[in-house]
This record gives sequence, structure tokens and C-alpha cells, in this order.
Amino acid sequence: MNRTRTMSFAALAVTGALALTACGSDGGTAVTDSTSISCVSGAIKASGSSAQKNAVAEWVNTYQTACTGATIDYQANGSGAGITDFINKQTAFAGSDSPLKEEDKTKADARCATGPAIDIPMVGGAIVAAYNVAGVDKLILTPDLIAGIFSNEITKWNDPKIAAANAGVTLPDATIAQFHRSDSSGTTDNFTKYLTATAATAWTSGAGKEWKATGGQGAKGNDGIGAAIKATANSIGYVELSFALDNKLSTAWVDNGGGAIEPTSTTAAATVASATVKGTGNDLALTIDYTTKTGYPIVLVTYEITCEKGLDAGLLDLTKSFLTFTSSDAGQSKLTEFGYVPITGDLLTKVRAAVSSLSA
Amino acid sequence: MSTTLEPTGTPVPSSAARGITGASVRPGDRVFLGLSRGAGLLILLTMASIAIFLVVKAIPALQANTANFLTSTAWFPDQSPAVFGIAALVFGTVMTSIVAMVLAVPVGIGIALFIAHYAPRRLATALGFVTDLLAAVPSIIFGMWGLQFLTPHMEGLGEWLNTYLGFIPIFTNTLGLYSKSILIAGVVLAIMILPTISAITREVFVQVPRDHIEAALALGATRWEMVRLSIFPFAKPGMISAAMLGLGRALGETIAVALILSASYDINRHITEPGGNTFAANIALRWNEAGPIGLSALVASGLVLFVITLVVNMGARAVIARRAEFSGAN
Repeated sequence: MNRTRTMSFAALAVTGALALTACGSDGGTAVTDSTSISCVSGAIKASGSSAQKNAVAEWVNTYQTACTGATIDYQANGSGAGITDFINKQTAFAGSDSPLKEEDKTKADARCATGPAIDIPMVGGAIVAAYNVAGVDKLILTPDLIAGIFSNEITKWNDPKIAAANAGVTLPDATIAQFHRSDSSGTTDNFTKYLTATAATAWTSGAGKEWKATGGQGAKGNDGIGAAIKATANSIGYVELSFALDNKLSTAWVDNGGGAIEPTSTTAAATVASATVKGTGNDLALTIDYTTKTGYPIVLVTYEITCEKGLDAGLLDLTKSFLTFTSSDAGQSKLTEFGYVPITGDLLTKVRAAVSSLSA
Repeated sequence: MSTTLEPTGTPVPSSAARGITGASVRPGDRVFLGLSRGAGLLILLTMASIAIFLVVKAIPALQANTANFLTSTAWFPDQSPAVFGIAALVFGTVMTSIVAMVLAVPVGIGIALFIAHYAPRRLATALGFVTDLLAAVPSIIFGMWGLQFLTPHMEGLGEWLNTYLGFIPIFTNTLGLYSKSILIAGVVLAIMILPTISAITREVFVQVPRDHIEAALALGATRWEMVRLSIFPFAKPGMISAAMLGLGRALGETIAVALILSASYDINRHITEPGGNTFAANIALRWNEAGPIGLSALVASGLVLFVITLVVNMGARAVIARRAEFSGAN
């Protein structure tokens, strides 16, 4: 019964897509679907940040299911490679965990025939200090503690400084096994930016995509860190929230001075929403306030970078349609399910305005 | 001995050999000559274009670098001013390869010897097949296996080495951590190069003339003495080539090492501690997010690996050429 309904629905969708193809690919005809996607058929390629890989994969899956004539291929080859691909006209948009830098911006503007390239924030993420310590269900860390642990100044779990922030918690007399990323990554970039902004005296290794502090152990990728923490007793490492959830790891609450805040999609979304826009016009490059006391402070934002004006005619409609879907309520609500952080509030309004401004 | 002997005892040149020096050259010969000469030139062209590409792409980073490229251990090419050097990468690459060679060469030769001269024919075929199969396993599988299976099982060995052989500096472990080390990466590399070494040495061992073996046995040599007196001298150049091919793979192995090593940029003599990095692994780990100077710096490191591999291979050629004069082959 249920199956027959699904079948007939699929048949309807196929018919719709066929009808659409017959009319040509320029239309924005709506196909009846619960997510109200305005389907455009065609094929686009995109590449970039692996931080938003799972979110984009889920969106692409939903979009392609609703619009059988569309093919969207997102290759998570890293932000730097994604921007290079976009500049070289190999892709319709790039995913990046930081907005375009000055020198890339000039090249990206040149890639767009008539208009500038813009950064559109689309996927938020929370970076959590995930740990594996038996018997510790709730751990509170301050910026100074995180900086101390990750710069190997604090080496024991029962260090008095950790104990002071966690009254009533029995911490083991064990050496902290600290894990950090061995590959270059936006996660490391945002994590070290947070430490630089909030623990200037305790964190002296600066910020960047490469881990510069000494000590600890490196592992490749969020999945590598997640697996390493899970396999190692008394360990701690920084990963994106979704990977901590996947591996069922405990995550530390972070206290920026206004009380400890649990890392969740909701608490991180508050921080993302409070970021200030430093870009001009529809370029929504953000400055994140890492010192916030009202939300979970260690967040990252990944952007879709594309041409505001002058994207190749064959790519524009599908790109615009896809990004309209991803910034819709239906698209953003999917993020929470996968441990990502949605864009909310005024910022989301600006994102939608930026997407609707995409034109030839 | 099927060639007919002239009264003087020199073998009659075969018709093919006469064809080259003869007056009439057939079209088939000409086509074949062209094809083989083209193939020979093609490989030279390929190597030359790789070398030129590496040099050209490496220049911007080398010009921007403010540290000593050969002695610095840091790797921050994208910060300004750029600071990077290959010292830590050379150390890690050489150490992992040494560990791999120390483990894989004796075992590989042992396997080859067993298959060629000890095992019953049926077992030899099966064993040869299985070792060859090892070469077909993708390197990322070795990496994952090394990371998830081997690492926890190597902890005991690391502790043992530290306790009983800790007076040797390389086995000292001051951290109490035994994972993600050069030793583990070396063991995985050893397994990866094992099929290369054993397959080639096996082929060479099989080619040892029956006369040599029988002569040694007839003189009353035991099996081991026969191997030492007739097989090893004959097969020495082949064994060295096999080891060098294995070394080439160990030096260039990328993803397995990238997964296993902790990837730190320092020279740590304690090979059971987490740390170390190799040229190939560093390129894999840094490539995706590298900026323009970062990419150029990685290419520069690739150029160094290219040169190291070239030197190693030329060294091996020199050894083989010297050995060939008094080997059993003559």
C-alpha cells in the first residue's frame, strides 16, 4: 500500500522531470514536492571544503531525488583546491571554510564574466573538545584550560586547574593523550583562531591551518581524530560536532566566562547568528565573535563561493536553484540532524537575499 | 647446447643476429627498431619533463623561503614570511625506509629461497601466488590496517624495546606513548615491499644454473652450503636490484604512511614514540589546503625525493655493475 504510493509518486516525479526537460532547462517550474524545490535540470560540478561534505551530500541527495533531471557533483577536495577549481572555471561554486582572501578574490572576480565573486555562508559547524575519560560524564573547560591542554602545559587529567573548573568530578591521575590534526584543515584554523582570541597568554602557537604547537599526536582528518580518541583511554582532541556524535564521544562544555555552555547545534547557531558581516553588498564574509558568552563559542562557518553576476549561462540556473534550496527552511533544518549548525536570524535573511541576487 | 659448433668451437651466429649486420633490412625490422627506439626515448622524455616540471614549480617557494631549505625542520610555507625546510622529512623518510628494509630484505629473501629451492613444488606455487597477491592490496588498506589493528598490537613491542633495549637511543621512549610511530610505519612498509623483494629474488634464484647447484652438492656441500656457495654469488646482483626496487616503493609510499604517522616536524631519534613525517605523506597531508607558496614548497620537497630516489638507484646500479664482474653469472 505504502509502497504503491511511493511508486506512483516516483512515477509522477519522473513524468514531471521529463516534461521539464522537454520544455528546456531554463525554466524554474516547481515540481510538487514536500520540500518545495524549484527544479532545474542540468549538471553542475562543485568542489571544496570537506567540513561541509556530509551536509552537501545530504542536500544533493534530496535535490536529485526531487529533480531527476539534475546532477550535482560535489567533490570534497579541500577549501584551497575548491577555490582553485572555481577560479579555473572547473566548477560552478566552491565550498570554503574561510572567505576568499584578497589575492584569491581578485582572481575569482576575474573568473566571473560581469560581476564579483561572493561568499555566502551556508553551513555552520561546532568544533568540540571530545574526550575519552572513564567516569567523567561532564567536563567543563575554559579557554585557558583548552590552551593549556593543547600546548602540553597541562599534562595530567587531575591537574588542579582542571579540577578547579570541575568541582565534584573525579578526575583520574592519568596522562592526557592529546590529538590534533596532522593534515592542514579549516578545523584547526578556526580552533586556533578561537584560542588566539580568548587565551592570548596561554596560547602562543598562533592560528593557522597547520597545527604549530609541539607535543601530542597527529591524526588525519576529523574521522581519524574521532577514531583515535575512541581507541585511546584518557584522550582528548578537537573534532567537528558531527564526528563526535558519530563516534559517541563525550564533548566538553566550554566556559567563556559567562557560565559553561554545552556544544549543540542550537547553542552554536546563536554564535554563528551573532557574527558580524565584514563583506560588502552581497558578499557575506563573516567575523566570528569567539569571545561570546551567550552561545557555544568554538564555531566555524563554511561558505559557498560563486559569482554574484556573470556565472556561465549553463551553470547559473541550477546553481541558483540548488542554493535557494539549501538556504530554505527545509534545507537548513536538515543540518541539525547531522550535527551541523544552521544559519539563523538576520544572517539567514541576508543569505537568501544574496542567493536571489545571483544573475547573469 | 642446440647450436651447432664449428670446428673452432665458436657458436654459429643465429640468422636473426646475422640479419642486423646483413645488407638487406626488412621492413619489419625497421618498424620494430623504430618502435623500441621510440619507447626508449619516451621514458627519457617523461623523466625529463617531470624533472623540469618539479624545478619550475619549486622555484617560487624556494625564492620566498626565509629559512634554510635543507636544514630547517619547520613547514609553514603559507605564512609570511614563508618558513620551511626538509630536514625532518629527510629524517622520517630515511628512518621509515631503513626499518622497512631491515625487516623486509631478510624475510623476502627467505621466502624466495624457500619457494625456489626448499618447498615442495605444489606448496611453492601456492606460496608464490599468495606473496604476489600481497602486492595487489591497495596501500590505503595497509594504512587502515596499520592504524587500527597493528598499532594496538605494537604497544607491547614498544614497551619491551624500551625496557630491555632502551640503552640504545633509538629504542628509548620518554613519553610512554607507543602509537603512530616511525617503527609502526616501518613495519607496515616492510609488509608492503615484501612481495616486490621476494618475487624478484625468486625469479633470480630459479635461474641459477643447475650445474652450479649440482656441482656444489657433488662436492659434498649441505643444502645451506650449496645456497651460500652457488646461489647467493650468482643471484647477488638480482637480490640487490630487488632490494632497491623495494626501497623505491618504501621511499615513495604515501597514503599508508600519512594515515599512520603522527606527522610532526621534528627530528626525534626515538622511533617508538609518536611523530615523524615523510616526503610523500607530507605532500598528501598538506596538498588540499595549501596556498600558492605552499603548493610550490610541496613540489620542491617532491623534487628532493626525486633526487634521493635517483641517487639510491644509481648507487644500486654501481653496486650491481661492480659485483657482476666476479659473480657466478660469468
